[in-house]
Formats: sequence, structure tokens, C-alpha cells
Amino acid sequence: MTDIVRILIAKPGLDGHDRGAKYIARALKENGYEVIYTGLRQTPESIVKTAIQEDVNYIGLSLLSGAHNELFPQVIDLLKKNEADDIVVFGGGVIPEDDIASLMEKGVKAIFTPGTSIKEVISFIENNEKKNK
Amino acid sequence: MELGDKVLKGHIRSIGKAISCIENNRPEKEQLIDYLYPFCGKAEVIGVTGSPGAGKSTLVDKLIKRERKLGKKVGIIAVDPSSPFSGGAILGDRLRMQNHASDDDVYIRSMASRGHLGGIATATADAIKIFDAAGFDLIIIETIGVGQTEIEVMDLADLVLLVLVPGMGDEIQALKAGIMEIGDIYVINKKDHDGAQKLYAEVEYVLNINQSENDKEKNPIILTSANLDEGIDDLVKCYRDYFKYIRCNNILEEKRKKRIVNEINHIFTEKIISEVNQFLHIEKKINQWVKNILHEKVGPYTLINKKIEQFIKEFKEQ
Repeated sequence: MTDIVRILIAKPGLDGHDRGAKYIARALKENGYEVIYTGLRQTPESIVKTAIQEDVNYIGLSLLSGAHNELFPQVIDLLKKNEADDIVVFGGGVIPEDDIASLMEKGVKAIFTPGTSIKEVISFIENNEKKNK
Repeated sequence: MELGDKVLKGHIRSIGKAISCIENNRPEKEQLIDYLYPFCGKAEVIGVTGSPGAGKSTLVDKLIKRERKLGKKVGIIAVDPSSPFSGGAILGDRLRMQNHASDDDVYIRSMASRGHLGGIATATADAIKIFDAAGFDLIIIETIGVGQTEIEVMDLADLVLLVLVPGMGDEIQALKAGIMEIGDIYVINKKDHDGAQKLYAEVEYVLNINQSENDKEKNPIILTSANLDEGIDDLVKCYRDYFKYIRCNNILEEKRKKRIVNEINHIFTEKIISEVNQFLHIEKKINQWVKNILHEKVGPYTLINKKIEQFIKEFKEQ
């Protein structure tokens, strides 16, 4: 039997909109993944600690406040510091096209903006899992 | 054993990896557990159970706060159900405990039930051993939101807090067999809600029906409001006293012995079944057996008894 994939869906920053995060959590559950949801207003530190304790394979960051250029790279750096940069980070929310390239450069593996179909997210994870085998 | 040694040192990432190893039932699981086993037995294990929405996670959050003040290292295993359709899960218990996310001496692990039905996961028992060996003083198991018969937490915990809330029916519900019998301490949460005092009276009445005159042996009932952080100190004092009592009276030792008996039975049965399955090639033959029962009207007991007789005969010849 193969291991069940575990995914942390986390909301860094101060915005209070988690409909997107909940939607994605539910969709991932329906595709057979175990989703850990932490709720609103998490610091990069608490997100990384949670990811390590929960031994997740992925972290999905949802952010609508505009602080993605600061907070997403902080999560990546903290993962490196904790020797946990094998955990794949993807992001979603209100993220301008212009910011995507630099976030990807810093180590975010995928960015999903509003209007993305859930299939895209699932196939990103599935393809990544195939690569790992 | 590298992973085992790191767990013994309390290395957070390794504890996480070790629990995943158990959850996914990887081949190295047995060796890992047996490596850590000699270092187990120091931690106290509390089970927290009750219906969905009773406030278990919020209560656990408040208990962690108290135990951290006393300097204890706390490990939490919070179980939520897996989907019977996709196998996926949403694990949301730690949402109420994220205050402790930056505290290195609090380790929260969410666990999906993965098809296990007793209110916990198959991996819960071994995950407790990981925390125990890693030096956690207190381990709290929060079950899935339970109904009337998901009572397996009593086989893993030194003591069980049964969390009840007002509005769940009359005293006949409290009189029924199953979940209502497994509490060592009865916690009536949401005491600020209507009906809490009535529930208290009902539970007290039901417990008094079959309990001894000896005050010590009575199961305490504590009123709390986890949300408002009220009654929590009473609860902590109560289970501390209870621990002292069960330690002094060998009750704890008996409980732990019984736990080992259950564990032996469980591992033994599982191994025997998998051996027999392999020996009889049941997976290959099961369709034929179904045909026998469906079309030839062979009774299931007759069929199985015959197969078992055959198995014993072949086994002896080997």
C-alpha cells in the first residue's frame, strides 16, 4: 500500500477570508488526501512547525491580503532552516500575475489564482507524486 | 536504529516521520516500536471523548495551557474521521489548539481514522508509544466525535474524560450501555448553556444508581465551559487526584496489564489472519466461495467449517 498524502492548508497573514481555503480543503479530501486545516491568521513560524509535526507532504498557502511576497518566502526559508524543504509549497489567493515568477523563483512550486479549476490543483499534486515514485 | 534514536532524543521531525511510518504501516514499523518499547511507560495517558461538537478540542486546548504552566511536555493525538468514499479526511481539531503552535514542548498530531471504527485510528496505540519514548509527560488522545459505541479509547488511556453537553436527550440516554459507562471523570461542558444543571443532576442520578457507598470509588462530575475557560482548574485538580488514587490502588497497573493483554490479542489475531489468508489463498478463492453460497446454496457456516478443517489437515501434514 502506498502512503496517504497529507496536505496542510494554511492561511498566513491577516485577512479573514477562508472560503477559498475551505473549498480547496474539501476538494482535496474528496480526492483521497488527508487535509490539515489550521484556521486564520497563522504566522510562518506556526505554519512550518505545524507542517513538521503533522509530517505533511505539501503546504498550501492561501492569502488574500497582499502580503504574499513577504510571507510565502518566509515559509520557504523556515522550511530550509528546519531541514524540511522536501515539503512542497504551493499558494493561492489574490496574487498578481507579475508576482508569480519571483515567488516561483523563491521556491513556491505552483500558484493558483482565482478561477483556477480544482482539477488543476489535483493534477499538480498527482504529477508531483508520480515524479516522487 | 537511526529513526528510533532520534525519537528518543525528542527530535520533532523524526517523531513526525515515526508516526507516519506507523500510520502507513510500513515494513519497518515493527522494528521501530520494539526498539522504543523499553523506553515506554513513563507518560500519563488521558483520553478525551464525547459527541461531535461537545467541545473536546477547545477543552484539550485549555488543558494544555494548564499542563504547560506546570512545565509538562504534552503530546496530543487528535483523531478525525476518514471519508468512507475517498479515504481522504479534513483534520480540523488543531484549529482550536493553534495557540500552542509555537511552543516546542507541545506536539499536536492530527490523525485520520482510516477506516477504523472504534473512535480512534489503528495507529493511535503505537503513536502513543512514540510520544512516550520521546519523553512527553502527558499524552492526550482526542477521539473522533463519538456516538454510543465508539469506546476503544478506554483500552488505550489511563483515564477517560467523557465530555457531555446539554441538549442530548433525557436521563434514559445517560442510563444506556456503551459510551456512558466508560468515563472515569464526567465533564459537563458548556455549563453556561441551558440545561447544564439538569444534565448534571441526571448524570449524578444515573451514576449513583450503581455506584458504591465508598466516596473514593465514585466517578466525579465536573462542570466546565471550555470556551469561557471556566471550571478547567477544577477538572485538572480532579484528574490529578484521580491519577494519585489509581496509582496507589494498583488500578493503573491493572489497566496497563489489561492493555497489554488486548495488544497481544490484537497483534496475534492480525498476524494469524494474514498467515491463514496467505496459506489458503483466500483472495483468489473468495469469488468461488461466493458462487458456492449464492448458486449452490451451500450455507456459509458449512462452507467455512469445511475450509478450516481442510486448512488444519494440510497444516498438520506440512
